[in-house]
Amino acid sequence: MCQTAVIRDDFCHTSSFCVQIIIKFKQMSKLPFEPAMGDEVILLNFWLSPYGMRVRIALEEKSIKYENREEDLSNKSALLLQMNPVHKKIPVLIHNGKPICESLIAVEYIDEVWNDQSPLLPSDPHQRSQARFWADYVDTKIYETAIRFWRTEGREKEAAREEFLECIELLEEQLGNEPYFGGKNFGFVDVALVPLFCYFNTFSLYAKFIHEAQYPKIVAWAKRCTQKESVSKCFPKEQDVKQNFPQK
Amino acid sequence: MGSEDVKLISFWVSPFAKRVEWALKLKGVEYEYIEEDIFNKSSLLLELNPVHKKVPVLVHGHKPIAESFIILEYIDETWNQYPLLPHHPYQRAHARFWAATAEEMLMEAAWIGMCTSGDDQENAVKAAREAMEKIEEEIKGKKFFGGENIGYLDIALGWIPYWTPVWEEVGSMQIIEPLRFPGITAWMTNFLNHPVIKDSLPPREDMLVYFHSRRKALSSSFQGRFKF
Repeated sequence: MCQTAVIRDDFCHTSSFCVQIIIKFKQMSKLPFEPAMGDEVILLNFWLSPYGMRVRIALEEKSIKYENREEDLSNKSALLLQMNPVHKKIPVLIHNGKPICESLIAVEYIDEVWNDQSPLLPSDPHQRSQARFWADYVDTKIYETAIRFWRTEGREKEAAREEFLECIELLEEQLGNEPYFGGKNFGFVDVALVPLFCYFNTFSLYAKFIHEAQYPKIVAWAKRCTQKESVSKCFPKEQDVKQNFPQK
Repeated sequence: MGSEDVKLISFWVSPFAKRVEWALKLKGVEYEYIEEDIFNKSSLLLELNPVHKKVPVLVHGHKPIAESFIILEYIDETWNQYPLLPHHPYQRAHARFWAATAEEMLMEAAWIGMCTSGDDQENAVKAAREAMEKIEEEIKGKKFFGGENIGYLDIALGWIPYWTPVWEEVGSMQIIEPLRFPGITAWMTNFLNHPVIKDSLPPREDMLVYFHSRRKALSSSFQGRFKF
C-alpha cells in the first residue's frame, strides 16, 4: 500500500517528518477505506430518475469526483446490463469497476467509504436505525403512493392521494423543529425524500396538494433542501421535465 | 454495550421475527421473548410500532426498533461479537443488495404461489425459480453466504430452508428443485443443522395448520400484495 511505503521512507528522516507520520496515521484511522488516488466513480443514471438523483446528491454532498453517465432506458447499454444483470435498472454506482445497485444501498456505501466529510447517517446505532426506518418508509409508502397517484384515475387516484397526504402528515410530525430529517444537518432521510419534490416544484403540486398552510414544515424543508447546491445541481431543469411529462 | 433490557416482540411463525431471534442467539445476547397475537394486536405493539403495527419489534433500553433488516443492522452495530455483516463496504453493499432482492423477488413469489392455484400459481412458481437461479450463483462454492459462518445474508434468507418446504406442501407446488439448485440445497442442510438455528425452529406440523388456514383465508381475496 503506498501509504505504508511513504511512512517507511519517513522513518529514515529527521524528527520534523514525525509530524507528517502522525498526520498520516490519523488520516488512516479516520479513513479505513480511504479511496485510493485515481479512484474511478461512475454513476449510470437517467436524468429524470429520483433514485438516480439520490445517489448523485450523496456524491455531491461529499464533493466526490464522479462521471454521471446518462442511459437511454429504451436502449440500455451493455455496461448497464453487465453491471446490474439482476434488475437491469439505473442507478448503478460503479466504484473502481465494481457495481453497487439500489439507490439507498449505494448512498449507504458512499457514506461508509467517504466517511471523512458530510456524514449522512448518524454514528449512534439507535439513531442510525431510525434514519434507516424513515428512509425505508419514504421508499415503501411515500414513493409508492405517489406513483400510484400518478398512474391511476378516479377513485383509485383519490385513495392514493389520501394515503399520500397521511404519509406527508407523519413526516411533518417527524421533522419537528429541526431543519432536516437528519437534525441540524442534511442526512440519509433527506437524500431519500428530496428527489420526489423536484416534481412537485415543477408542476406546482404544492398548490394542488401539499398546501403550505397544512404542511408548513415539509414545504419549508423542501425549499431549504432545493437551495443546497448539492441538491439543485441534481434536479433536472423545470422546462425539460414539463416537456417530457404531460400536465396532469 | 449491555444486554440489559432487551425485548423481542414476535410472532411464533413469522420468518421476519425469526431473523431477529437468530441474530440475538448467534451473538449470545439475552433477551425477553414476547409473543404477539398479530390477529388481535396488543396496545404494546401499537405503541412500539405505530407506523406499521407489525412484528418484529426489538426494544433495547426502552427504545423500539422495527423492520427486520433494520433490526439486524442495529444488533450488529450494538453487539460486536460474532459480526453478521462483512467488514468491507463493498461486501456489505453486496449482502444488503441480495437480502433486499431475495425479499422482493423470491419471498413475494413463493408466498403468492402458496396462496394461489392455476395460472397464477404457475407464474409465481416460475418467478420464484428464476429468483432462486440468481441466488444459486451467490452460494456457489461456499458453505454459507457469509463464508465459513452464518452471516447477515444467511439470516435474511434463512426462511428458505424451513418456510419454503411448508409453503410448497400447503400450495401443492415445488419451487426448490435439488438438481437445479444444488448449492442452495446444500446450504439449506448446513443452515438447518447449525445448533442455534436447529433449536429455534417452530414445529412443522403447527406451521402446516397455520399456513393452510392462511391460504384458505387469502386465496379468495388475493390482491397481489404481500400480506403475511
